[in-house]
Amino acid sequence: MDTKSRDLDISVIMEDLAAEVLQGSVRAMARLITLVENEDPRAFEFLGSIYPHTGRAHVLGITGSPGTGKSTLTDKITSVLRQQEKTVGVVAVDPSSPFTGGALLGDRIRMQRASGDPDVFIRSMATRGNLGGLARTTADVIKIMDGFGKDWVIVETVGVGQDEVEIAKTADTTIVVLAPGLGDSIQSMKAGVMEIADLYVINKADRSGADALVTEVRIRVEQDAQIKEAAWRAPVLKTVAVEDQGTEPLLEAIENHRSFLEQSGRLKKVRREKTRQETLSLLKEEISHNVLEKILGNGRFDDLIDDIVAHRKDPYTSVKEIVTTIFPDEE
Amino acid sequence: MFDKKKLETIKTEKEQWDCGPVEKTCAKFPERKTTFTTISGEEVERLYTPLEVADFDYDTKLGFPGEYPFTRGVQPTMYRGRFWTMRQYAGFGTARETNERYRYLLEQGQTGLSVAFDLPTQSGYDSDHALSMGEVGKVGVAIDSVDDMRVLFDQIPLDKVTTSMTINAPATVLLGMYFALAEEQGVPYSKVGGTVQNDILKEIICRGQYIYPPLPSMRLTVDLIKYCYEHVPRWNSISISGYHIREAGSTAAQEMAFTIANGITYVQSCIDRGMEVDSFAPRLSFFYNAFTNVLEEVAKFRAGRRYWARVMKERFGSENPRSMMMRYHVQTGGVTLTAQQPLNNIVRVALQTLATAYGGAQSLHTNSYDEALCLPTEEAVTVALRTQQVVAEESGAADTIDPLAGSYYVEALTDRIEAEIDDYIKKIDAMGGTLKAIEDGYVQKEIQDSAYRFQKEIESNERVYVGINRYTMEEPPPTNLLKVDPKQRDIETEKLKKFRVERDQKSWKAALDRLDEVSRTDENVMPVVIEAVKARATVGEVCDVWRNIWGEYRPKEFV
Amino acid sequence: MTGKKRIKVIMAKPGLDGHDRGAKLLARVFAEAGMEVVYTGLRQTPEMIVEAALQEDADVVGLSSLSGVHNYFFPRVVELLKENGLDDVLVVGGGIIPDEDIPGLKDSGVAAIFGPGTRTEDIVKFIVEKVSRN
Repeated sequence: MDTKSRDLDISVIMEDLAAEVLQGSVRAMARLITLVENEDPRAFEFLGSIYPHTGRAHVLGITGSPGTGKSTLTDKITSVLRQQEKTVGVVAVDPSSPFTGGALLGDRIRMQRASGDPDVFIRSMATRGNLGGLARTTADVIKIMDGFGKDWVIVETVGVGQDEVEIAKTADTTIVVLAPGLGDSIQSMKAGVMEIADLYVINKADRSGADALVTEVRIRVEQDAQIKEAAWRAPVLKTVAVEDQGTEPLLEAIENHRSFLEQSGRLKKVRREKTRQETLSLLKEEISHNVLEKILGNGRFDDLIDDIVAHRKDPYTSVKEIVTTIFPDEE
Repeated sequence: MFDKKKLETIKTEKEQWDCGPVEKTCAKFPERKTTFTTISGEEVERLYTPLEVADFDYDTKLGFPGEYPFTRGVQPTMYRGRFWTMRQYAGFGTARETNERYRYLLEQGQTGLSVAFDLPTQSGYDSDHALSMGEVGKVGVAIDSVDDMRVLFDQIPLDKVTTSMTINAPATVLLGMYFALAEEQGVPYSKVGGTVQNDILKEIICRGQYIYPPLPSMRLTVDLIKYCYEHVPRWNSISISGYHIREAGSTAAQEMAFTIANGITYVQSCIDRGMEVDSFAPRLSFFYNAFTNVLEEVAKFRAGRRYWARVMKERFGSENPRSMMMRYHVQTGGVTLTAQQPLNNIVRVALQTLATAYGGAQSLHTNSYDEALCLPTEEAVTVALRTQQVVAEESGAADTIDPLAGSYYVEALTDRIEAEIDDYIKKIDAMGGTLKAIEDGYVQKEIQDSAYRFQKEIESNERVYVGINRYTMEEPPPTNLLKVDPKQRDIETEKLKKFRVERDQKSWKAALDRLDEVSRTDENVMPVVIEAVKARATVGEVCDVWRNIWGEYRPKEFV
Repeated sequence: MTGKKRIKVIMAKPGLDGHDRGAKLLARVFAEAGMEVVYTGLRQTPEMIVEAALQEDADVVGLSSLSGVHNYFFPRVVELLKENGLDDVLVVGGGIIPDEDIPGLKDSGVAAIFGPGTRTEDIVKFIVEKVSRN
């Protein structure tokens, strides 16, 4: 097999990569995801063509500490969805090594029931330096799967810490998975995680300490609900994913949350807010990209730094001046 | 063992020696390395003296062979009475071919049989199953039905040999076939002897031949143990195996520790099923690896025997010394063999055999020098068996019991490995036992970390492996390798097709229905499994009944 | 840009063989060499392996076999990759593979066979050289 640049190949099918995705080409979807992951500028064009076809999938986020059994749970949820003849896309995020940039993507292995089914598309993603439990491009990957026509997209976060609130901004329904014996106690959890949960799952519920954990979480949910008078009260469910116990009640709870979102009009509200955030951050990126290119491109920036270092100028006024030059009508 | 004053003197003398002759010599001729370690990474001192075993107490640490805590061996006379059983694991291709190899080995003086099954059999698939593609008869013999089992033991009376079977997830089925065959031969169950591996935990940890989730798997394991205890008193109903843990890359201490942890789980499960500890524990057996670092292996075996005896006595309250004895089979280290300069493997195996003899094993399989290349040829198998015979008959290692006892180094290393075992057992207990530690990937991760460390040592040349990273040479490709006929799956498939048509459909169906029924209760499945295989149900068909009830296990994998 | 093209590898154990020490070790070595490695685990059929390669858009498929089934499985994986239009995926194999089988495997489209004792850095080097993504 000769060395062959994969980029050449991509460019061959580039023209209609988006069209192919919309027509149901798994290969085109996989390749487009790669382009998106690589933050290839060409990807935006395709995402643009796919966007009108998105918004149909229900996006389920699954987060929780390592060892709580997120992947196994994802696998079980997927198989119940498949029994209901729903198509599923799974995005499994694992951390990249900060030292080598490499990553071991081991979630797929725990989704063996799901893999082997052509109507389940599993994609492993490395964080590539992004913090917050997802890769920078995860939201776009979800859109591709959505546009492809998946009924459900399940996103499994890294789960390295408890600071994974990004998932709540991305998913329609967010499940926080806890397990007894991992030092997961409510006291030790950051407030943020409690805020994001639409559902709690106490997995590995056959272990000692499970009932205590359930009680603890329920009390906390009650307290929160009383303070906030929230319309949705996160249910707390028990599962033993390895032995496939509790999956169906969990799915019912997810469906309940989905109906709640739709009937209360929250889904529209939440998605609007999400769209706002996403568009805003795209705008910010685009602006900073363009502006910085202009500023950094002509070498004057280095001169400016020299001036600031020498205290001939101050950084505050200088930045203001630059922005005013680029956007003269701002003031 | 040493009085305090004497120890003081030795300490002073040792310091003088360190500062004097040693320092002087090192200044002129530096040592080869700054630190020396065993293959498991245990640090090795320049010299061991009574100081390293200062609190050594003969009675509590060693005792006498055949007596608690069995550090020196499980029998009073050990190999002076009878050598270890020389038991070569063999099996390939068809039952007929394997039967011929067995009869050859018995003629050559081998004293027990050991059956290697092919991977479809081990995974509970018949030869005609889609997943069996490419695997039939490859790493062992293909057994689908009691008819194959009959051919496998053709002209071998089951009351005259003992047979060891490497079978785990479908152990009840293959053992059922063996018992059915004994009945056919007119051999009463009381005269049938042997071992079945039946160790599902290590399959989940590292060997990969599991079928069902852990809980139903454990139920089958215990059903088999219970049935043998009640009906087949000479059968070793489980062989708790560290061998594969070591092959997967663990250290010597981890091999022993995780095996003992699994052993604790089996004993507890049997007790939970209402069995008295001293009823079944005397029939528990173990299976270990032997690597080339002779003294470390000896220390491992001695430490393991001592620790297990204490576990049985102190943790489980056993009162029968036989329950406290860790009896074990050894296989020389498969992963220690090199494809490069394969004849060097003969020397490795010889050293591993010596370690096994010094360590006090009950039986041994020696690997063939060509196993890193292919299935062993007859010539290589013969050399492997002869290696055991040379060590047994010529080396003198078998003539006195536990000859390395009292060596400062060996005793210090024995203590250190025992302490490591104890650390692991405590950690695993704190996690809620082996099943949980496995589910969380703890055990797997420990093993993989050791494997990784070892590989890095080889690649950085920190550790020398002859023929791999030093003393390498250009070699012509090896010739004369044994191959299995790739057509075998077709042959077996044809045979099965005929078999399935010709059997009595009514009794076959009834037996499988009965099996399904009993499996859903708490009743022991062994009797109905035996009935099913007699009614000519295949391995795959029996296993499918359980797949339908319990589903298949998908393990967590940790890299 | 934080994102950067990375070599994506599928490490798979075809067949029923459970000896995954080598496969897991290499997965780790590849990750340390900066690759993104998807480990698929045991008992993979050629169809499952190819499906993973397809969905993950893999650059490399690594196959490990110690049970003697390489002559069936490795070419089958290559064939299925081609059928799915993935003919540019680099397929490499390792395990216990007799020298005499290597030419046949290479003819079938397996780019390289790495036997026992191969230095892992040589395997990494081979992959990096073969998968040149600009």
